[in-house]
Amino acid sequence: MAAMFALVCCGFLLGTAILGILMSRARHAITLVYVSTLIISVAACANAVDFLLTAPSPAIAGLPLGLPWVGSHFRIDTLSAFFLALVNFGAAAASFYAVGYGQHEESPGRVLPFYPAFLAGMNLVLLADDAFTFLLSWELMSLTSWALVMAHHKEGDNARAGFIYLIMASFGAASLLLAFGLLAGAGGDYLFASIRELHHADLTSGLVLVLVLIGAGSKAGLVPLHVWLPLAHPAAPSHVSALMSGVMTKVAVYGFIRIAMDLLGAPQWWWAIVVLVVGAVTAVLGVLQALMEKDIKRILACSTIENIGIIFIGLGLALAFASNGFNAAAALALTAALLHALNHSFFKSLLFFGAGAVLGATHDRNIERMGGLIHRMPQTAVFMLAGSAAISALPPFNGFVSEWLMFQAVLVSPQLPQWGLKFFVPAVGAMMALAAALAAACFVRMYGVAFLGRPRSQEAREANETDQWSVTAMGLLAIICLLAGILPGVLIDALAPVTTTLTSAHMPVQTSDPWLSIVPISESRSSYNGLLVFIFISFSAMTAAFAIHRLASKSLRRSAAWDCGYPDPSPITQYTAASFGQPIRRVFGTTVFRATEHVDMPAPGLTRPAVYEARVHDVIWEMLYAPIASAVAIASGFLNKMQFLTIRRFLSLVFVALVVLLLGLAIWP
Amino acid sequence: MALIVAIATQGIQMMLVLALAPLLTGFVRKVKARLLMRQGPPLLQPYRDLLRLVRKEVVLADNSSWLFRTAPYLIFAATWVAASLVPTFATGLMFSWSADLIAITALLGSARFFLALAGMDIGTSFGGIGSSREATFATLAEPAMMMMVFSVALIAGSTQLSTFSSFMVSPDVGLRVSLALALVALIIVAIAENARIPVDNPATHLELTMVHEAMVLEYSGRHLAVIELAAHLKLLLYASLIACLFIPWGLAKPGATAGDLAIGGATYFSKLAALGLLLGIFETAIAKMRVFRVAEFLGIALMLGLLATLLLFVSRSL
Repeated sequence: MAAMFALVCCGFLLGTAILGILMSRARHAITLVYVSTLIISVAACANAVDFLLTAPSPAIAGLPLGLPWVGSHFRIDTLSAFFLALVNFGAAAASFYAVGYGQHEESPGRVLPFYPAFLAGMNLVLLADDAFTFLLSWELMSLTSWALVMAHHKEGDNARAGFIYLIMASFGAASLLLAFGLLAGAGGDYLFASIRELHHADLTSGLVLVLVLIGAGSKAGLVPLHVWLPLAHPAAPSHVSALMSGVMTKVAVYGFIRIAMDLLGAPQWWWAIVVLVVGAVTAVLGVLQALMEKDIKRILACSTIENIGIIFIGLGLALAFASNGFNAAAALALTAALLHALNHSFFKSLLFFGAGAVLGATHDRNIERMGGLIHRMPQTAVFMLAGSAAISALPPFNGFVSEWLMFQAVLVSPQLPQWGLKFFVPAVGAMMALAAALAAACFVRMYGVAFLGRPRSQEAREANETDQWSVTAMGLLAIICLLAGILPGVLIDALAPVTTTLTSAHMPVQTSDPWLSIVPISESRSSYNGLLVFIFISFSAMTAAFAIHRLASKSLRRSAAWDCGYPDPSPITQYTAASFGQPIRRVFGTTVFRATEHVDMPAPGLTRPAVYEARVHDVIWEMLYAPIASAVAIASGFLNKMQFLTIRRFLSLVFVALVVLLLGLAIWP
Repeated sequence: MALIVAIATQGIQMMLVLALAPLLTGFVRKVKARLLMRQGPPLLQPYRDLLRLVRKEVVLADNSSWLFRTAPYLIFAATWVAASLVPTFATGLMFSWSADLIAITALLGSARFFLALAGMDIGTSFGGIGSSREATFATLAEPAMMMMVFSVALIAGSTQLSTFSSFMVSPDVGLRVSLALALVALIIVAIAENARIPVDNPATHLELTMVHEAMVLEYSGRHLAVIELAAHLKLLLYASLIACLFIPWGLAKPGATAGDLAIGGATYFSKLAALGLLLGIFETAIAKMRVFRVAEFLGIALMLGLLATLLLFVSRSL
């Protein structure tokens, strides 16, 4: 029933996509499309939440579409229900925002048809119950999002972003295809149910894990497969960026969990090391890259890489515990990862909505040309502040809760028997703490440069608050970020069925704890109470404000800034994003980015201007992708000659190739 | 009845940290002055400074936003909550389980977040320089603090401060390498976070040396008073934290009598005095370091913390 309902929702979404094609020139097409995606997403989200909270057994549905004799199979269980809820909630928020934001779109015809299809693609991936349907839906999701990335294909680097995205998406899909090939085994039954029955050799399952890590990781943005992400996510319209960063990456996380923790059978301990190392490196590199960027949407996209890294750290810990049979600890780590995925979808959507509002107001994505927006866009500024606090893992917001759970999971891990894990886990914990601290610096920088200070350009000086739909969408998400941080026990309890499915254990029931605090293992070990912390902070802030305003002098005078006696009227004397990041670039960037600084200071008396140049290298691009690209270029240049062979030479080529292949087949044991 | 006593003890704890914080700062200043053969300001000078600031008019820069005016209260609130969650004279206080050591670290992170934002609000180069440096130091200090938390939490099997301090007074602790490393890491972090020499010198107004002072340069009147009080509280917090984690003797246990509480209070006083004295001596004996050396200084803390944690991961007895 639930599965059928979810499928009907997908059908309606596809129908809306067709409506988008037919009506793209109509006057009310924008409102119509986004309102209908909003309604469908809310329904689908309610359906998924209802399933998660009530139905214990998976629901199955089939469609007579797809390959002959195979058809397509769909299934909803607790894991897919959780991700369906996450995806459709994000979709509902984005659609709500887009009712207002979409009006600013110059070419709605390039967005309206693909947007509902993209939502349908993501839903179908989560519902798929056989490899064929899964891959087909995965490709639908990739292609529609590619089309959305290319919506403004004439601007800047967007065409290049789309090209790289397409290549990486195909590469990832190919890896998944191979993974499924290995999973299905010689029998070749692609139904997930029959894959679960199979027993895989250690080598095969290890290979599948690596392939899945590449396939899902390239979509999620794991280092070193992340290169497309900071290019493609910002290129799309902002509500689509929010979906790609906040939601689509979670579909990739789902793909990883589904294959690695469900289909693949019992995990081996060394998988955990691979996942942990990749996750930790991703977390730190992602946020460091965010600290070097100036484009507000690229900062957010890079920060997504960081958060994906943190989610994968949680998954790695869960694998480590599960492989040793520590089910309760595995449930804790998995809960932390899933909760972080959910939290990230909340605050990253919020931040991208805010970035869209800023982009609409200033027509610029470079934060170096913003400043002082807190005066011109007061509501957006408040909500962006909430989002920045949440993503920086500050209590009492929601980002802190999931990171706190993650740290608690790290603290359980000395029990693990393997020496490799004993050495790696504390280092991973340190990397995670480092990433969290860097994230706070990154968002102080982004918020401080874009919203605070004095305006650095005419556009920023004349910016106006965005429309009411967008503001309301941001406000709702900001409130949810706070609520999810204050009452995390409700969410943790809702995740219990998911962890029970995957690890056959779940965290203790939280909502029955006194004062609604969360207790991962036992109270003497650790507990955190977001509600009390929030009440404490509000109480002490208000007490302080009240006492001060009762006792203190109320007189207040506006005046020019003091600035040590040398205030400069020009706003370019403010600290910029580049200068803010300079010390961090010096501390971390010299090794990670091979950052170099070059100062050309003219001798006293000369009138030529001084030049300061800082250069940052994208090491992964230069070391990994550039050589591949040049190898492909050389090879294609070489093979180009083949185009102009005579027919006789073509025939001999075919003949030789055939002989070589047959020889190979004959020698093969 | 028990509930009222519990709430009252918690309330006393909150008021105690608030009342003692300026005194600790005054004491450290006095110690430093005496070591430099100066008379030094009276012990109660910080209180007088706060009162004087509170009575003064606020001069607000033209460009300042609401964030600039609310940030002091948020900074103060986060620091105060964090400080009152650290056991001072008694463990197992009513709300001590509402946040553990990780949450206390994060609360200080919240305070720092808003302080750094406030520094950027006016749009001056000084505010920016302070925020940028503070953020840079924090990126190393926070993981170092976290590693310290990890190592003590692994020893006691808990991130709760109350549990940890009662574990520390029990005989099964013994001498541990990890604890020593963690203590050094915590001291380094405490020095950096409280803007003490050799990391920062809030007594100066030189752009080459200041970090904390640059961020609050534009504050005046009651806002400055609140920020100063938050800074005093932060120093007290770190002193209490060191006292609670590494010299936990004398802390009253849950359900303690009035006599136990009095002993707890007296030992807490003497611990603070001892730590203040040591800080004064340390600060007079050392010179301020260059800004980019601070990263190395904090890197040492991070490495020590990581080492302490790693030792615990591979062996349960170190």
